[in-house]
Amino acid sequence: MAAISVARSSCGLINGLKVSLRSVTRVKYGAVSATVPQTSLHRSCRWYSVSHLSVKERIDQKRQAALQGGGQQRIEAQHKRGKLTARERVQLLLDPESFVETDMFVEHRCADFGMEQDRNKFPGDSVVTGRGRINGRLVYVFSQDFTVFGGSLSGAHAQKICKIMDQAMTVGAPVIGLNDSGGARIQEGVESLAGYADIFLRNVMASGVIPQISLIMGPCAGGAVYSPALTDFTFMVKDTSYLFITGPDVVKSVTNEDVTQEELGGAKTHTTVSGVAHRAFENDIEALLNLREFFNFLPLSNQDPAVTFALIELITNPLLFCLISHSFFSDRLVPSLDNIVPLESTKAYDMLDIIHAIVDERDFFEIMPNYAKNIVVGFARMNGRTVGIVGNQPKVASGCLDINSSVKGARFVRFCDAFNIPIITFVDVPGFLPGTAQEYGGIIRHGAKLLFAFAEATVPKITIITRKAYGGAYDVMSSKHLRGDVNYAWPTAEVAVMGAKGAVQIIFRGKENQAEAEAEYVEKFANPFPAAVRGFVDDIIEPATTRKKICQDLEVLASKKQVNPWKKHANIPL
Amino acid sequence: MTLWMIGNMAAHSVPSTLKRLLFAVKYSPLQSRCCAVQREAQYSTISIPSEKTFDKILIANRGEIACRVIKTCKKMGIQTVAVHSDVDSSAVHVKMADEAVCVGSAPTSKSYLNMDAIMDAIRVTGAQAVHPGYGFLSENKEFAKRLAAEGVAFIGPDTHAIQAMGDKIESKLIAKAAKVNTIPGFDGVVKTAEEAVKIAQEIGYPVMIKASAGGGGKGMRIAWNDEETREGFRFSSQEAASSFGDDRLLIEKYIDNPRHIEIQVLADKHGNALWLNERECSIQRRNQKVVEEAPSTFLDPVTRRAMGEQAVQLAKAVQYSSAGTVEFLVDSKKNFYFLEMNTRLQVEHPITECITGLDLVEQMIRVAKGYQLQHTQDDIPINGWAIECRVYAEDPYKSFGLPSIGRLSQYQEPLDLDKVRVDSGIQEGSDISIYYDPMISKLITYGATRAEALGRMEDALDNYVIRGVTHNIPLLREIITHPRFVSGHISTNFLPEVYPDGFKGHQLEADAKRELLASAAVLYIAAELRSAKVLGTQRVASTPVECSHWELCVELGEERQDVEISKSGTVYTVEMDGAKVEVWGALNLASPLLPLTINGTQRMLQCLSRDAAGVIVLQYLGTLFKVRVLSKLAAELNSYMPEKVSEDTSSILRSPMPGTVVAVSVKPGDTVAEGQEICVIEAMKMQNSLTAVKQAKVKSVHCKPGETVGEGDLLVELE
Repeated sequence: MAAISVARSSCGLINGLKVSLRSVTRVKYGAVSATVPQTSLHRSCRWYSVSHLSVKERIDQKRQAALQGGGQQRIEAQHKRGKLTARERVQLLLDPESFVETDMFVEHRCADFGMEQDRNKFPGDSVVTGRGRINGRLVYVFSQDFTVFGGSLSGAHAQKICKIMDQAMTVGAPVIGLNDSGGARIQEGVESLAGYADIFLRNVMASGVIPQISLIMGPCAGGAVYSPALTDFTFMVKDTSYLFITGPDVVKSVTNEDVTQEELGGAKTHTTVSGVAHRAFENDIEALLNLREFFNFLPLSNQDPAVTFALIELITNPLLFCLISHSFFSDRLVPSLDNIVPLESTKAYDMLDIIHAIVDERDFFEIMPNYAKNIVVGFARMNGRTVGIVGNQPKVASGCLDINSSVKGARFVRFCDAFNIPIITFVDVPGFLPGTAQEYGGIIRHGAKLLFAFAEATVPKITIITRKAYGGAYDVMSSKHLRGDVNYAWPTAEVAVMGAKGAVQIIFRGKENQAEAEAEYVEKFANPFPAAVRGFVDDIIEPATTRKKICQDLEVLASKKQVNPWKKHANIPL
Repeated sequence: MTLWMIGNMAAHSVPSTLKRLLFAVKYSPLQSRCCAVQREAQYSTISIPSEKTFDKILIANRGEIACRVIKTCKKMGIQTVAVHSDVDSSAVHVKMADEAVCVGSAPTSKSYLNMDAIMDAIRVTGAQAVHPGYGFLSENKEFAKRLAAEGVAFIGPDTHAIQAMGDKIESKLIAKAAKVNTIPGFDGVVKTAEEAVKIAQEIGYPVMIKASAGGGGKGMRIAWNDEETREGFRFSSQEAASSFGDDRLLIEKYIDNPRHIEIQVLADKHGNALWLNERECSIQRRNQKVVEEAPSTFLDPVTRRAMGEQAVQLAKAVQYSSAGTVEFLVDSKKNFYFLEMNTRLQVEHPITECITGLDLVEQMIRVAKGYQLQHTQDDIPINGWAIECRVYAEDPYKSFGLPSIGRLSQYQEPLDLDKVRVDSGIQEGSDISIYYDPMISKLITYGATRAEALGRMEDALDNYVIRGVTHNIPLLREIITHPRFVSGHISTNFLPEVYPDGFKGHQLEADAKRELLASAAVLYIAAELRSAKVLGTQRVASTPVECSHWELCVELGEERQDVEISKSGTVYTVEMDGAKVEVWGALNLASPLLPLTINGTQRMLQCLSRDAAGVIVLQYLGTLFKVRVLSKLAAELNSYMPEKVSEDTSSILRSPMPGTVVAVSVKPGDTVAEGQEICVIEAMKMQNSLTAVKQAKVKSVHCKPGETVGEGDLLVELE
């Protein structure tokens, strides 16, 4: 494995570096204990036997060493790559002075290949773990340290991660992993593999209990990729992070494909082609700052309701409050929505325009903005409360549902459902994408995922049909029939089995006056009434009032209680 | 009790807090304001109820002018019919009118210029009169004739006046005959240099010697004395001979630093005519007016009267009726020369309405019905000062304005300010499309004095929220606050003279820069504090962020500045560079407007965007500034972040604006020289030639003639 060879080569480098550091240390301590023979064994014997002052000194020394990670030279090398160190990342991610570190003294236990030597031991090993706060809210963090053995995963490294994951589970707080690791610690062999599996198991157990976020900030290859894959969200840093099962060398030898790291598993690949990563950011700093922002949308665990933030900073000051504008209030009207849907039903518009206009502060954190763009998913706030938003995007492929968009939507809906985040769905869908590529690819079972996700979700579900809701896709998109709590239609809505042209060709096959029949069909079905008279939509609303209505409904639905029948777990068509 | 409480809370003296509160009160209703359309126009005069004009008027136009006409019709109790193209079917003028008829597809030739469809619309709706607005069919004599043939009144002058004034040569002859000053010149051909000098002396220096067959500046010389005239004659005739194969020369008076000043006239069908004072329209770019004012700072009552009387003479000479405009060029010595007459309502008519109190549209409708003028020349006042800024959807950084298109995602007119009038035909959610004029609105302010009107304009521009399209407010605000403009020292060359290297936005001085950085830092802190305020009881308690002092780093362009902020009550004190900036304001993160009191001065900033990575885009003094606010730690670590290499722009050609590709002059494999034309994009009546920035081989062509392209679309790649 290519990644592992990275680890090994960096090991050599580190060893060399360690030697030089040691000699410096020796001189320094030589002054303190000149009589002590210059072997580490003896030295530790002496420390063991003498007063507790020297234990304190040793503690300090270890702590200092832990803070240095792999040493200054490796830190500089890390910086030269445009990457921050594990500790810098933690510092930036968490509130100032909120980080509480655990296992700073843990060292690896490998005794082979000279690893047992003191110079190959680093306090804390190749990961920094602990807990801290993001905007005052509790979070558990691990940050892999590339400067120590290339961030490779040893048994001790895995154990540290598992420890904070266990703690996070008992307390009920999210885990954020900052990945920057060359892979398994080869010297440890199977212990390292066991470590991965331990983490995987915990990822799975924590799934749906606490939010888990992975931020890939360096290499992440081989078995290691499965931990991010099991977490709820995977973010990447452009140009410096890679995710792949096997690196370009192995790919070349097995399939004879020539591919670069970036092409194979870079941020662009995973956010546009594979859909493995949910978003990519320009550099470490932007990634970490965005992660802080993203964290604000999440509840700490599945026991907590959706987070609600104060709308403005001055809200605590009642006198000023009344002076401040109305533009954030829940009953704000949005007149620009009244003419956003074009009159010709074939013309596209941008669903993001609707979303931005409706949510608080036009603040929408889009998930997978560059993958399966025919569906838009992401987090926003309504009246301060986090909501998940799903919308068909008429601008891309007419907003139809296909394999990728179904899977993207389904995963997002399930996350929201697991963490009590209400789902608001904007529907403008002409149907599922036809074609052999889709059918051969299994659109039936993939489309079923989205249907399954919406149907099983018990969080508040509000649906707004802005224009087309055709065929099976209408059913899928959080329809009334799938326990939608509130389903609205805009006056431009058309709920039908299919578009007028196709319908007329079937109903009036062979009939001469197709155009007239089409007009009749449009008159009859290309409007919200057929659905409204049957109660499939609760109301036909003026677009400008949409925000107001959603906010009112969310207020009421906050106490919604709905329980699915007992089961070990459902069997979603994977 | 309440007052005491505030004083206490803000830890400030009562009077200063009160002042700030009042400021907040003043701005608080801004955001809740509603659409512009319903608002009563401020120029309205009381119409005489007994005077019956028409029952129904069709407005053969779109956008703001259609809305403007409809407003007056409503006031006069006249039913209105709007015509519109298919893309305009939900436009404001359509919504405002009592009836609306679609007259064709988006291109103007198929809709707003489609006489057949408009005539049909008139027949179908039974409109008795047509107001053509400006542009489109407003000066089309054919249209006026067809209306007359059907017995429908044309709200404008008679056909022969349109015809007479429509022709540049004929209009000049008529003007000369009516004893209107025209640019002095020698109509015949000048034979020798000595003859040229003689004629030049008669005309008076400076003179312009130009080739009879000339054009494009070739064979043209300006002479200020006899010597230069002789020299100019020689050069010009040589150049004319070589350029045009025709060495005949003309001599004409050269108007240096001309001002463009026009006189509004109003005439009825009974031979009465009035002049309604002047409008100064010198601030222009590419011969399009940008800022207009009435009256002009330059005219004295004598010149004004002389110009007005000549304008009326001309109107009478062509038996003009309705509202019209006589345009003059005025030189630095207040000599004025007739340029042309516009036989329609001008775009900039509102400023005349503001200072005279007349409703020009109402007067036009009355005159069209055959009523006599209600006023005499002595009734026409100059009340105060009015200024109009044309707010365009265009990028002022590209040759003072290249069109931009888009959807107005947010739009708020500054109508809550006193003595501000906004004539617009769009609303939040409207599209600015490539098919029509990119004007968003006309922003008019007035006051008792010019200074007052200018001050209001500054406020109005700062309070104007336009999102979704690039607009020219940065340029407008720079113009109206520029010392040369404020002093009234302007000419038609104002923009190229003041911004010889193109418009670059507001140039911040040290104080202003500090204010901007402080505001950005305060906004950042407000957002941070808000993020820590989770409502409701929490299972895992939050650690409250009890911080009232922050160290930040603010970046503007290449510059980095460490700042320290402390908060006490609602007042932020920002320290940088040893200077202190005190910021107070209603920091509503949801509002696009950011009313702040900075060091005691009230400032209206706008926040365009704010992202997680600390980038805040603020509109400050009209110009957009991208500021990045980072914690001190993040700023330090940021130095390790690699610079991302941006795309090499020399080898790719992107469309600088949305438009239609008219021609592509290259194909893959061609070698182009630096400056060679690659393709031509037409946008909003303008053809723009795009050229190669270096010599290279064409790699690929991504557009073809007839295609519509968006701003930034890749057109051609070079190797």
